[in-house]
Amino acid sequence: MSVIDFDRVSLTVGERIVLSEASFSIAQGEFIGVLGPNGAGKTTLMRSVLGLLQPTSGQISVFGERPERGDSRIGYLPQVRTVVPDLRVRGMDFIATSLNGERWGLPCLRLADRKRIDETLADIGARHLAERPLNEMSGGERQRLLLAQALLGKPQLLVLDEPLISLDARHQEVAIDVVRKICRKLKITVLFSAHELNQLMGSIDRVLYLGNQQAVLGRTEDVVTGPVLSKLYGADIQVIRAEGHVFVMSRGRDVERVDHLHNDHQGHHH
Amino acid sequence: MSSELITFTTIIKAIITDMFSYAFMDNAFAAAAITAVVSGIVGYFLVMRGQTFAGHALSHIGFAGATGAGLIGLAPLWGLVAFTVAAGISMGLLGERISNRDVAIGMTLALALGFGLLFLHYYTAFATQATAVLFGNVLAVDRPTILILLFLSTVTLVALAAIMRPLIFSSLQPELAEAKGVPLRLVSTVFLAIVALAVSECAQIVGVLLVFTLMVGPPAAAQRLTGTLWSGLLLSAVLALAEVWIGLVAAFYTDWPVSFCIAVLSALIYLAAVLRPAPVSNLSPAGDAGIERRS
Repeated sequence: MSVIDFDRVSLTVGERIVLSEASFSIAQGEFIGVLGPNGAGKTTLMRSVLGLLQPTSGQISVFGERPERGDSRIGYLPQVRTVVPDLRVRGMDFIATSLNGERWGLPCLRLADRKRIDETLADIGARHLAERPLNEMSGGERQRLLLAQALLGKPQLLVLDEPLISLDARHQEVAIDVVRKICRKLKITVLFSAHELNQLMGSIDRVLYLGNQQAVLGRTEDVVTGPVLSKLYGADIQVIRAEGHVFVMSRGRDVERVDHLHNDHQGHHH
Repeated sequence: MSSELITFTTIIKAIITDMFSYAFMDNAFAAAAITAVVSGIVGYFLVMRGQTFAGHALSHIGFAGATGAGLIGLAPLWGLVAFTVAAGISMGLLGERISNRDVAIGMTLALALGFGLLFLHYYTAFATQATAVLFGNVLAVDRPTILILLFLSTVTLVALAAIMRPLIFSSLQPELAEAKGVPLRLVSTVFLAIVALAVSECAQIVGVLLVFTLMVGPPAAAQRLTGTLWSGLLLSAVLALAEVWIGLVAAFYTDWPVSFCIAVLSALIYLAAVLRPAPVSNLSPAGDAGIERRS
């Protein structure tokens, strides 16, 4: 049974066409790496899956229905994270805001909620973050906290937008490992966007490569090839494989690395 | 020892009896208390959302409202309420395009002050009251005004309680809140209307130019000193209350303007909170943090 189904979907942001008549289907329990050059529409595609953006044509179905905001079966880690000002809010209280955060009235943290948060944090080895104030956490610690938050409602679909940003190499591996294990154990479907393919290589089932208004879903060895990527990048791309690593090169430059550096300089992009 | 204590209490008693022998001081203490609590609590969220400048702009727009109301023969308070609430709602509806843009807000508040001046120009009899609108006149608050403040405060706090949960969620994590189905624009519009009401009340005590003393100083200090929502809200309200009451006592005995005393206290409290050395978090495992800092 497919969890996400795109049927000739076109997406536009403002005047810009991001996706044009893309069709693909993702099955339950699949770990999908979402890749593509900057501005290829990774975030836009994720927003459409969450029901935050309606397609201009075609049909998106998630769990067999038209996606709607506030679906509790979806866990989400957004890419643009608002910087919290001088507030000394503890990790526990921070992610607790997302529990029923859409309901009116006063906030309250019940004992059962507290336990749930504690268990989820323990699952990803971040229990110590519960009592730490957010403004004292490093980027990597915050990221793990947000990952725990995304897992909180026992979702059936995880939408993770660039969860590896601001993690060092070791914590990147830990994060991927955690997501993969949870994905396998609970048969959760995962959309995981990233800048670089190599870290994800051993973990993902298939890759969804975006670019040039197109989307190609398939196994990495079928998708990450010169001809396919040349079409997606709109440039002459060579794919070099060496010792289990893949390098996507354009005129002798590593495309993914250039992208990445560029992105670091910009801070975050939309 | 005990005689010293007795002398001390006698002096305090004398001070208090002296001060409260004037009815206007009774009223001032009551009005200041009501307003301080509301300002401290609403201001907490204003600071949390990083919208203090928007709050400042609302108060300036209120100046035009107050003088405009004088021009057509209404009480300045109603002009303040009408203008600030209308402005707050429009800012909320315009969304991010304006409510977080410094330049747009700056232009709006300058324009509002300009209009305030124009209204003053055509209603010169009001000029004496202009200082009261700008810098507050808590000693002139009468019984009916206290009742109005009490009513406005109740409305403000009830509305805030109603939206508090999605307000916090969308303040800390707007992207996620949107995905979870929080109507961001509605929440932010209602919140700015709440801020408008609080600003109108606050302006009765410290004037439109000094609303920061109660709506930003105490909450900013509280957020540096506390780690949880409720303790932060409580401390913010208590600090605001302490400022206005101590300010009133100081003004009574020095004959300095009340708003000045409150402004000084507000600055001192914030300064103390900033200068306080950061608490050493004994819960953070140094090894873990060390590894990540290197990245």
